[in-house]
Amino acid sequence: MDWFKKTKTGLSAQAKKDIPDGLWTKCPECSEVIYTKQLEARLWVCPECRYHFRITSGKYISFLLDDGRLEEYDANLVSKDPLRFKDSKKYPDRIRGAIEKSGLNDAVICGIGKIKGVEISFAIMDFSFIGGSMGSVVGEKIARAIERAIDRGIPLIIVSCSGGARMQESILSLMQMAKTSALLAKLAEKRLPYISVLTNPTTAGVMASYASLGDLIIAEPKALLGFAGPRVIQQTIGQDLPPGFQSSEFFKEKGFLDKIVERSELRDTLALLLEYTNHR
Amino acid sequence: MNDRQILDFEKPIAELEKKISDMKDFAAGANITLDSEITSLEEKVEKLRHEIFTGLTRWQKVQLARHPRRPYTLDYIQLMMTDFVEFHGDRYFADDKAVVGGFAKIDGRPIMVVGQQKGRDTKAKLFRNFGMMHPEGYRKALRLFKLAEKFNRPVVIMIDTPGAYPGIGAEERGQAEAIARNLREMAVLKVPIVIIIIGEGASGGALGIGVGDRVFMMQYSWYSVISPEGCAAILWRDAAHAPQAAEALKLTSEDLMELGVIDGIIPEPPGGAHNDHRAAALAAKNKIMETLGELEKLPTEQLLAERLEKFRKIGVYGE
Repeated sequence: MDWFKKTKTGLSAQAKKDIPDGLWTKCPECSEVIYTKQLEARLWVCPECRYHFRITSGKYISFLLDDGRLEEYDANLVSKDPLRFKDSKKYPDRIRGAIEKSGLNDAVICGIGKIKGVEISFAIMDFSFIGGSMGSVVGEKIARAIERAIDRGIPLIIVSCSGGARMQESILSLMQMAKTSALLAKLAEKRLPYISVLTNPTTAGVMASYASLGDLIIAEPKALLGFAGPRVIQQTIGQDLPPGFQSSEFFKEKGFLDKIVERSELRDTLALLLEYTNHR
Repeated sequence: MNDRQILDFEKPIAELEKKISDMKDFAAGANITLDSEITSLEEKVEKLRHEIFTGLTRWQKVQLARHPRRPYTLDYIQLMMTDFVEFHGDRYFADDKAVVGGFAKIDGRPIMVVGQQKGRDTKAKLFRNFGMMHPEGYRKALRLFKLAEKFNRPVVIMIDTPGAYPGIGAEERGQAEAIARNLREMAVLKVPIVIIIIGEGASGGALGIGVGDRVFMMQYSWYSVISPEGCAAILWRDAAHAPQAAEALKLTSEDLMELGVIDGIIPEPPGGAHNDHRAAALAAKNKIMETLGELEKLPTEQLLAERLEKFRKIGVYGE
């Protein structure tokens, strides 16, 4: 089987961009200088303040799934330019740039993997591809991941990381929200578990569709979550936002999250939740 | 009608129309006939209107969708339906006035009607929160959809919103969750759902009551992932580029028809729905009646399978 070649290359390309490749790394939250190898061993969580660095989809696969392996599906899906969209850049140029920068074909990787022996349909979003935005490709790949769970009768886990729907595909992006949510209704009818994992950030169109529809919803600490972006809210109401507004902790307090889970405990937590929900 | 209620590109038409009405008054007062002059001016108006309206930019169409005299949901309900009984509240938190709904009859046939409501004057605008719903609005709408399902009544939805409200309370009460839940529940609601975008269809705020069996757009409405201003603020870093964003977003009824996202365009009276509320409502009503007739023939299982397939197939990608 073709184990996941593309992401491996994406991994190294991305590592250069997001994560400083020096011997030491400074935590953006508490300014602690950390030995990079130690940081890596701690899954990119600051040992001092527990700040969760943003990491690539490839890294999540490496520590969440058994043997760090995902049998990837639909890797060849690529965006087209149905609207011939142009702002400061033409959309096809933007896509090409994102592919080069991230080593990914779009903002989500989907496939079949295992967590402690339990086979799951797995999808992981990647912020390095146009802010993890959802256009036709992301919508279609998520839709197929849901259908794969239904067809095989296995649980679904989606790890979200997205600024929302992709503007460059306008109404087509918006409709991916309806498409994925409608299929989740079918998954629910089959009584198959869906665990939604939210990472920093998960907002707008993704948060207002599949990310909010898990049977169980868990988030990494201090992730930015919500429908509207903080800047838009600030402009609308014309006042400063309270500290911690729209964080994971805020949403848990308001009753919209089941649990906040540190990255180092994510795999064990998912395994336990699968044990409880995968009743077949 | 004050000047603010006439759009720039409508002005030449409005001036000619004023001339005609002045001439009519003068002829009546002076007891003379100016019939041939008036007829020729009326022909001129029609020609001018046709010229202007066939050359409208997307941004101008957005202006029409936001026209201060455009018919709103309650206008349509009043003109298309009888015996409307409005219901209030989501049973959890509050009654969101940005959305109205209840049972009504259309040609004597009982339906559930739900729609976003804007206000006409400043006070009403504030009362309706400019048609921007909070989570309790989406939950109120869902409650009414479930009532419709329980009592086997088809649902007619009118969409007219500049977006779901972005505020502290909205986030605290789960704006994203409320919209997401509606998307999932509407996909499997066991009664026919007909949707018409009557004005503005902005983003998840519109889609949150926008999943159904048939989606139509009034000719001069718009529907997009984000408002032109919002898009311009992000991609051009300046909301003043909204006209360019409107072009790029391809958000008109013709655009969405071409993209295969909607099922039809409901033609508006000459010069736009605001010139003749009654004619606009009649066109919408005819489309609703025709569509309900089609949908009610389908067994529920087929209705739901087709609804799923309708959204399942949307998307353009290479493989």
